[in-house]
Amino acid sequence: MEIKFKNVSGKLYVYLYGELDEYSSRSMRNLLDNMLDQYLQCKFVIFNLENLTFMDSTGLGFLIGRYKRLKKFSIQCFIESPPVSIEKVLELSGIYEIMPKVS
Amino acid sequence: MNKDIKMNEKTNNMSLKFTSISENEPFARSCIQAFCLPLNPTISELNDVKTAVSEAVTNCIVHAYPKGVGIVSVEAETSGNRIHIKITDSGKGIEDVAKAVEPFFTTRPEEERSGMGFTVMKAFMDDVKVLSKPGEGTVVEMIKFFNAGIDAEEIGNSWGNDA
Repeated sequence: MEIKFKNVSGKLYVYLYGELDEYSSRSMRNLLDNMLDQYLQCKFVIFNLENLTFMDSTGLGFLIGRYKRLKKFSIQCFIESPPVSIEKVLELSGIYEIMPKVS
Repeated sequence: MNKDIKMNEKTNNMSLKFTSISENEPFARSCIQAFCLPLNPTISELNDVKTAVSEAVTNCIVHAYPKGVGIVSVEAETSGNRIHIKITDSGKGIEDVAKAVEPFFTTRPEEERSGMGFTVMKAFMDDVKVLSKPGEGTVVEMIKFFNAGIDAEEIGNSWGNDA
């Protein structure tokens, strides 16, 4: 799994690549949090899932974990462009209630 | 695995055993995906099976063997348009299965667990059974029928526009 960042005037875009499961989230959690710590002045974090090829409920836990962490800094989280294959698990979880979908 | 197979339906079986480490999750998913392919599942159905297997295998790795590693077994059988998957561990087992399968229930609230594993399995597969004995292990059995809701339009679309 790979993560890329783009900072556009107070909005941080986080691009996730590959598969988000128990295996990848173990190694990515700290890495992503360390990166996010450098952007705590931003207002919005947008998780772009366009290039995610797989995600299960561990991935949901991963996203919700970041949401909870960023919320403490009054940063709002969004999910952008999830592929059809991942949409089903996102919809089922109700995650859009806390991390609205933007396209 | 299934005693009610019709005589004219070709059956196919496979069995996998692997160590309960998270590196094996992509491995288990790839195997089950490849095993399903002769049944011509839709991409969406294939994704359902991969996700459900990933959930069950994650449970084995995270919950069945929390301190150390054990063996995870994935057995599958296809017959006609259905796949029957059985995922077994010899781990610590589940105290209260009814509670465990409730949405958002997790025994590890301090970790980032969504508590959606069994909910995903139930939503993505046609039938899910969980059998567990504390101290002995857990068996998750799942059934999926392929091309269940397919109609003429979908079959047409699956050929793409170039055909």
